[in-house]
Amino acid sequence: MTERKPRDFWPPLAAGAGLGLTLMGMFLVSGHGLGASDFFNRLLTSLSAAAAPDWTEMNSFFGGFVGAAHPLNSWISWEIAGVAIGALIGSFLAGRFRFKIERGPRASVGLRLGTAVGGGMLSGFGAALAGGCTSGLGLSGGAVLAVAAFVFLIAFFATGLLVATLTRRIWQ
Amino acid sequence: MTFPLENAGNLMVLVAGVLFGFFIESAGLNSPRKLTAQFALRDWTVFRVMFTAIVVAAAGLWLFDVAGWLRFDALKVPTLFFWAMALGGAMLGAGMAIGGYCPGTSVVGLFAGRLDALFFMLGMMLGSTVFALSYDSLESLYQVKGPANQTLSGLTGLPAWLWLLLLAGMAAGGFFLGNWFESRRGGKISAKDLASGS
Repeated sequence: MTERKPRDFWPPLAAGAGLGLTLMGMFLVSGHGLGASDFFNRLLTSLSAAAAPDWTEMNSFFGGFVGAAHPLNSWISWEIAGVAIGALIGSFLAGRFRFKIERGPRASVGLRLGTAVGGGMLSGFGAALAGGCTSGLGLSGGAVLAVAAFVFLIAFFATGLLVATLTRRIWQ
Repeated sequence: MTFPLENAGNLMVLVAGVLFGFFIESAGLNSPRKLTAQFALRDWTVFRVMFTAIVVAAAGLWLFDVAGWLRFDALKVPTLFFWAMALGGAMLGAGMAIGGYCPGTSVVGLFAGRLDALFFMLGMMLGSTVFALSYDSLESLYQVKGPANQTLSGLTGLPAWLWLLLLAGMAAGGFFLGNWFESRRGGKISAKDLASGS
């Protein structure tokens, strides 16, 4: 399986146009765009509710996801299930599916897993603070020309560029 | 027929998710090396795909609106909370430069076999927990607030079609700037580069 030669990626313009039409379609059928981080917040809320139901309901952040329905009973769970299926289809069809820990040529596995957890923590905190992530706020807000999306995207790219001056060595 | 539909079925949302995952994977934007190469200015795929998607979706929605098939005011337009969104965006940018993903791309990464994405997700849930524990003390970050559901047209008074042209022009400029950088900094990371680990 892993011996298959991978087909190269689509040209960015083609993939971007496909993604743009998908995003437009999502707005047309549902009134909102695509998202991701809220799925993880809902997953976390359901775990927290299982462990400490009263505390979870009282917490000002998690409490927002607690209601009559189960926290995971939301459109975003269906969307993320679709994302997983789409990723499997795309990577298998193109021979790009590989079990691996992707890391820069000079980074050890330990360093890579550490940066994954550390970067993930910043990302989880940041998405909760902003009320959305690169998809939910940047991409989807951008499609309806929301001022909020462009403030978010400028901060995202500017900080990424700045931090990468320190971290590019572990990646490139 | 008027959009948005009153009630999107779960199946339609699932299909949109499949396409979302498929196009991100097809572009290679589930690879942390490719994602971080954008911030090293070596590979401009993130910028190209995101900007193309925004311009295509925004232009499409604008056409539906002009044709009278869309109630634009029924669409979800996020309201600006300046500090929360600027700081949150900055943290997601730093999180990608360090951890190699953002929330959505980590899902696509995991389901193409990347186990490091699982650790990123674990980190995300830790980060959200820290946020939930400190939410009450962060209230001041939500005080600078923009007008509800404000768009670029609402902010500037310029018509939406002009903003679309400006964004398309910026995208084109970014494509050329990207070519210039890519020819000087090692260039795009291909699927073969990732397989061979160079």
